[in-house]
Formats: sequence, structure tokens, C-alpha cells
Amino acid sequence: MSGLREVDLSTTPTDAAIADLRLGDIVYLSGLMYTAREGVYMRALEGQANIPMELPSQSAANFHCSPAARINPDGSFDMGAVTATASFRFAKWLPEWMAKTGAKLIVGKGGMTSKDYKEYFVPNGAVYLSTVGYGTGALLGRGVENVEAVHWNEELGIAQAMWVLKCNRMGPFIVASDMNGDCLFERENAKIAENVARVYEGTKPATLKRYGETDDRTDEVI
Amino acid sequence: MIPINLIQSTAESLMDKAAIEIPQDYLDGLQHAAKTEDGDLSSFVLKAMLENYEAAKEDRRAMCGDTGVPRWFIKMGNEAAVEGGMIALEAALRRATANATNGVPLRPNRVHPLWRTDHNNNVGIGAPEIEYGFEPEGAWIDLITVHKGGLFGSDYRMLFPSDGIQGIKRFYLDSLMAFGKRGLACQPAIIGIGLGGSKDICMTLGKRASTLRIVGSRNSDPKIAEMEDEFKELGNSIGMGAMGFVGKNMVIDCNIEVGYCHTGGMPMSVHAFCLSSRRAVARIHADGRVAYRTDPDWFTPYQRRDTVDWEPVQEAAK
Repeated sequence: MSGLREVDLSTTPTDAAIADLRLGDIVYLSGLMYTAREGVYMRALEGQANIPMELPSQSAANFHCSPAARINPDGSFDMGAVTATASFRFAKWLPEWMAKTGAKLIVGKGGMTSKDYKEYFVPNGAVYLSTVGYGTGALLGRGVENVEAVHWNEELGIAQAMWVLKCNRMGPFIVASDMNGDCLFERENAKIAENVARVYEGTKPATLKRYGETDDRTDEVI
Repeated sequence: MIPINLIQSTAESLMDKAAIEIPQDYLDGLQHAAKTEDGDLSSFVLKAMLENYEAAKEDRRAMCGDTGVPRWFIKMGNEAAVEGGMIALEAALRRATANATNGVPLRPNRVHPLWRTDHNNNVGIGAPEIEYGFEPEGAWIDLITVHKGGLFGSDYRMLFPSDGIQGIKRFYLDSLMAFGKRGLACQPAIIGIGLGGSKDICMTLGKRASTLRIVGSRNSDPKIAEMEDEFKELGNSIGMGAMGFVGKNMVIDCNIEVGYCHTGGMPMSVHAFCLSSRRAVARIHADGRVAYRTDPDWFTPYQRRDTVDWEPVQEAAK
């Protein structure tokens, strides 16, 4: 249907495999992937808690996600749908997290800025994979072969806990950054920007202004 | 008298339906969008979403991992009576929300805003929200659950009469541009616009316009209905599609609801009901019959009345 390239990728990818990825490639992941968002970052980085996994040997894939899941009374897990949460909010912790864990694949919603990619993704040999939609929760849920562990559930709760997922061709994901530090979303923004003046033609700024307001529609709010 | 156990069991199955089954009107809208979309990446996204809805139904798993924040809209006919009264009703809805969170399962999204306390059941202070509406006739109760997702895509602004339609258009476009980039609004979406009311009611109107009206519905005021058509078209002419990729489909439909406001102002809110437009409805009749549907049918002539009294003859005449 489309000219998009499909790629199978390990969650402990080689540098060569990462270098080969192009913006807009469709990726399916196999191997262990862990979820980590603000709760995990704060506990591991600000609270200095020991990370309960061997990283990056077990997994170099950090999913900005909290699943729709259940922990049963017998300690087993039921995983329903899985989708990502918006990643730009985690820029504060990611450089230190990457340095500490060797994460090569940051998987989430909406990507980061090209500034983030150039400053600490590329030097760490890492790329960003975006979920699709958003979100293809049921399709991604199918790609979870097993829940291997849930760490820090007591401390952080189901939504913020560190879920360790065994993925089997889990996807689709879209490659949103590359080893040049280029950003797929910014590339698309630039194409759309050409049309903005025409769409806004005839409209006028609001009578009452707001602090920090920009009239440049090629700007982003993140 | 409507049995309370029937209310709770119906509410539980509504929670399940809302999380898993995309409503037909939205699905039709998205299928149409997928046919017209020609952007490479945005086409891929729409196709993946259509596959995702199928997978959710086949596996009986939630369509999106972010299962939103469950809430309830309760509509009652004037003659409806609930066993145990309204306190029992609210308890049943809270129990159904908690049970379904564990049962489906849903993501326990609801936390205390400061202490981040998570009861792991989507129940807490003010959660789930329960809002009420009434109709002049009938002994039925409508249970409507909406699990709206998204921290992005909604905004409010105090405009003024001098801003006019062009000012309304601009704020609408601003909201789409700001939250459409990178697909933060999880578009294509049902965009709801609230115009007028007090600040809080302006937000309520817009939220209800996006969540309680179906794709293809039109406001009963023909001039507002025209604006809805125009705004849908305008949103889709930005050149932005799913995930903020180049594309033609940003707005599956645009619904506008209005309320009388302060003479000096023209408050406006914009809301985006996302690719997982989760809503489910059931009417429970006094004799225990339950009829499921996906159209909340919230905005009846009675809800939009602008007169002091509601004359029953007015209703009979329509």
C-alpha cells in the first residue's frame, strides 16, 4: 500500500542495526522491553534506588508506557492494551537515564526535539521509536508474549511501576529519529508550515492576549 | 422502580464496551477518512488504527493502553425512580468503575493531583465524575459512560463579541495546530466546541459536544449546523493528518454547542475526542428492559431549551 520499509529489531540492537534505521521506517521489536516514566526516573535517579534489572544487557529499550493491566492475587499478571505516553515531559531525566542504563531505543509517544536527539541521543547511539496512532493498544498488547516482572509496584502503583515485557514482533512502531539527530515530526511540521498562512487567512488575533503567546504557527508548544 | 443491581451490572458491561468497542459512527468516519487519505505515513497510521479496533474486539482487550478517565452522564425521565435513591445510584456507578478497572482491565489512571495516590481502581475524590440531565417524560434511566483520554487537545479562551467568527476560527485553528503537531491530540478526532456559558459551563459544553454527540449529527440551529460543516472542512484543510504527519484528515467531525453567556464576553472551549472515542450507552426501563446503544442522544430539544417554561405541547408538536 505504501512505500514504507518494515524492519525487525532486537531490544538489544547492535550499533549497525541502529545506524541502518531511516526516518519513517516501520519497526517490530523482539526481546525484553521495560517501562519507565516519571515514577521510575525519580526513584532511580533522584532517589538513587538500585535498578532491579541488568541494563543494558537484558534490555536497551525503554518504553514510556503504563499498560492497562491487572496484578492477580496469586501474583500473576494480565496484560490488556499497551500504549505510550507523551515523551517530551521526560527530557529532564533522559540524559542521565541513558548514561546510567545504556538505553538505545526510547519508545514512546510524539518523540523529542531534534535538539534532544543531537545533544544526547546521537552521542549515546540511541534512536527514538514512536508508537502509532495513537494508539494501537490492542495490537501492541498482542505483541507482549509474557510479563516477566513488575518492579516497584508497591512503591509506585500499577501505572508507574517498571513492567518488564517479553516482546514478540511487537509493533508497529515508527522510527522518529536517526543517527543524524534528525526528527521525523519536525520534518513533517516543516512541510505543513508552508500551508499555514493560507489556512489562517482572514482570521485575526484575539482581543485579549495571553502571556507567552506566539503568532508563529510553525512553533511548537512542547 | 429500577433495581439497583441491574444498574450496577449494566454499568459494568458499559465500562467494558466503552473500552473495547469503537462506536460505529466514529468507525464509519475513520473508514471514510482512510479512503481519502493519501499521505504515506498518515495512511499507514489510519490503517493500523482500523486493524487495532478489530484486534481489540477479537481479543476483548482495551483498544488503547491509555483507557482514559472513566466518567458518567446520567439522564433520567421525570418519572424514573431508582431503588435506594440517588445515593445508591452513585455507589453502584463507583463500584462498577472500580470492578471494571480490574476486570477489563483498564489502566488505573486516576491519582490524587498532589500526592499521586493511586487506588488502582479509577475511583477517588470526584472520580468518576457523575453528571445529570433530565427529560420531561419517561420512567427510564440512561447510563452513559465516556472514557475520554488525552492531556492535550483541549483549551479554553475568553473571547469577546468584537472577536467575531474570525476570532472563533482562529482559536479553533490554534488549538488544532498546537495539539495536532506530533499527534498529541491523537487525531483524527471528534472536535467539540463550546461557545458561551460561564467559564466552567463553556468547558462542559465543549466536552459534551465532542463526547455526547455522534459523527454526522448536526446542531438543531441551522446556522450553527453550517458552522459545523465549515469548521470540519477548515480543520481538514490544514494539511495535517494523523500523528501530525502530512495528511488530509484531522477532524472526523466538528460539533458545536452553545449556552447563553455574559453580554460582554464570548467564552470558547475546544475539545478533541480521540482515535479511541470511548463511549457506551444503555437505557434501563422501569420494567427491567435494557437497550444498549452508542448514541448518547444528550442534546434533545429540552436540553437546548431557551424559554422560561417548557410547555408539554411544544414537545408534542415537534
